[in-house]
Amino acid sequence: MVDFIVGHFNYWVIITLMMTGLYVIISTGNLVKKLVGLGVFQTSVFQLYITLSKVAGGRPPIFDKLPGYGTETKYGAAVDPLLGVIYSNPLPHVLILTAIVVGVSTLAVGLALVVRIREAYGSIEGDDIDEAEYKIEIASS
Amino acid sequence: MNFIEMITNAGGGHLLANAPALVVAIPLIAGAVAVVLGHGKLAWVWSVLIALVTFGFSLILLQSVLGGETITYAMGNWPAPLGITYHIDALNALLISLVSAMALLALLYGWPMVEREIDPKKHAMFFGTFLLCVGGLIGVAIAGDAFNVFVFLEVSSISTYVLVAMGAQKNRQALTASFNYLILGTIGATFFVIGVGLLYMATGTLNMADISRILADSEGNRVVRAAFAFIVIGLGLKTAMFPLHTWLPNAYTFSPSMIGVFLASTATKVAFYILIRFLFSVFHAGASFETAMFDFVLAPMAMVAMIVCSVQASFQSDVRRLLAYSSVAQVGYMLLGLSLGTAAGLAAGLLHMFNHALMKGALFMAVGLAGLGLGITRVNELRGLGKTMPLVAAGLTVAGLSLIGVPLTAGFISKYYLVIAVLERGWWWAVVAIVVSSVLAIFYVGRMIEAMYLQNPPTPSAAHESDPPIQVRSPVLSMAALYVLVIGSVWFFFDPSLPKGLADTAAGLLIGGGGL
Repeated sequence: MVDFIVGHFNYWVIITLMMTGLYVIISTGNLVKKLVGLGVFQTSVFQLYITLSKVAGGRPPIFDKLPGYGTETKYGAAVDPLLGVIYSNPLPHVLILTAIVVGVSTLAVGLALVVRIREAYGSIEGDDIDEAEYKIEIASS
Repeated sequence: MNFIEMITNAGGGHLLANAPALVVAIPLIAGAVAVVLGHGKLAWVWSVLIALVTFGFSLILLQSVLGGETITYAMGNWPAPLGITYHIDALNALLISLVSAMALLALLYGWPMVEREIDPKKHAMFFGTFLLCVGGLIGVAIAGDAFNVFVFLEVSSISTYVLVAMGAQKNRQALTASFNYLILGTIGATFFVIGVGLLYMATGTLNMADISRILADSEGNRVVRAAFAFIVIGLGLKTAMFPLHTWLPNAYTFSPSMIGVFLASTATKVAFYILIRFLFSVFHAGASFETAMFDFVLAPMAMVAMIVCSVQASFQSDVRRLLAYSSVAQVGYMLLGLSLGTAAGLAAGLLHMFNHALMKGALFMAVGLAGLGLGITRVNELRGLGKTMPLVAAGLTVAGLSLIGVPLTAGFISKYYLVIAVLERGWWWAVVAIVVSSVLAIFYVGRMIEAMYLQNPPTPSAAHESDPPIQVRSPVLSMAALYVLVIGSVWFFFDPSLPKGLADTAAGLLIGGGGL
């Protein structure tokens, strides 16, 4: 049991971060805080990918001029049949670099929108904005 | 097909061989170029040109898979499990053609609206972003690699958030609509990427065909089932599956007219496609967790959407929001077809997707033209449109009838096949839902038609009651684009063989060997 909990330490952290992020998005009315929550939520996914790239006993996936540097296996880890050198899987790191770029651009667009919303409504609190929009709806109908 | 031969011969076969890569790369690169073009009208001409070329390439792809063939294109000649592949079959060739055709029509339609609604300094950026969105959507449809799907999904979504927010000049609510879309869309995409990560954990590959092959041997363990749940929820958000649709009505209502047309006819369709691809090709429709999801989640939610959102549509006073709620209801029809899990149901869902793109595109175009000519945004302001803008009103009426599913319109065909597929499965209560939803559609479309034809146009204070109403002319190119879609939604009643044939072929591929 203890082994299970300790052995999955990364996953507990990931789940905690993921739920924290989602909770922040749902619970707060402040638009910037919503984006912070979104950032935390996305970061947890980055960590999920990084965690699953680790191969038990694997070295960093850097070719260090050992004689015979491995063949591909089904699970993406490089295993040398002679030396038994195991490399961690580098692919998820590359994927996550892409996902980080996506996350940053989403955040940038989101913050730009918040700036524009602040200009248009004079507030970044969800309640104030809802009230302003409700007044527009009432006035126009 | 002289045009296609001309392109093919010009490139000495290279263009044809690399069409799958070009159909994505051309709009993406051209999007960056459009920003440099600066001058507004020049950027528009450039975008139209690019959309035309993209449409040409999509027709080449469509033509080469008409008979049920599949093309697997290895990026940079790296073979399948390691390299990234693009995969084209009847299913996504239909989607790619739909997206590029709608992009072209939306552009042809959109210039007068863009000129009025968008600051001239931002025109180049606007068209650049639009081309990025087109490239992203085509990329989602064509990619055979699960992570690539995520990247393209985000390329299209982020540009969509920007495009929706461009409506702010018309109405500041576009900003909050865009922000809500951004939050929900990103949650959806992140759920999807969690699912892809879990699939990678379980199978060690990202190639969709490879994942499918590895999962075929097993009923799936807990990781696979968790991946399934994450992917369905994530894509459900993007598809506007009830009750994950809350971002959609405002995003459609407040976006610039041209973007409303394009989004309503493509964005949720592409998400729907990728949902089908994952449900039927990557996962196996026979797996017990999937059939349970179809019967107990997808089908009930689809029917709730069909009825609840039709009721909501009936009570809207804003025309575009009325159409947006109706879109969520129509997504319900497509999901109902999918949830049957049979080839007939899937084909009906796909056919409805195609027809709905035509009619909803036409409806948004007509409403945009009414807005351009007379500043109309509300249902009661439509009064007398039959006299002041007869052609626009006629287009709106025909597309509206197609939305109800009246015979002699394409909407009837897809609903007919859907009802047959539902009855084959023995779900008589789903037929009740379809009928109730169609009756509700009569209400909300009827409100518009009643206002247009049975009420008199508002008389200007200077004019007399007896004066003939002043007719308002619309831009010719915009009218042409509108009527292409209107005629399309009648044409495909009399000759549904093209979309029906493709939908049947696609459904056969998906239900048979998974289609990858």
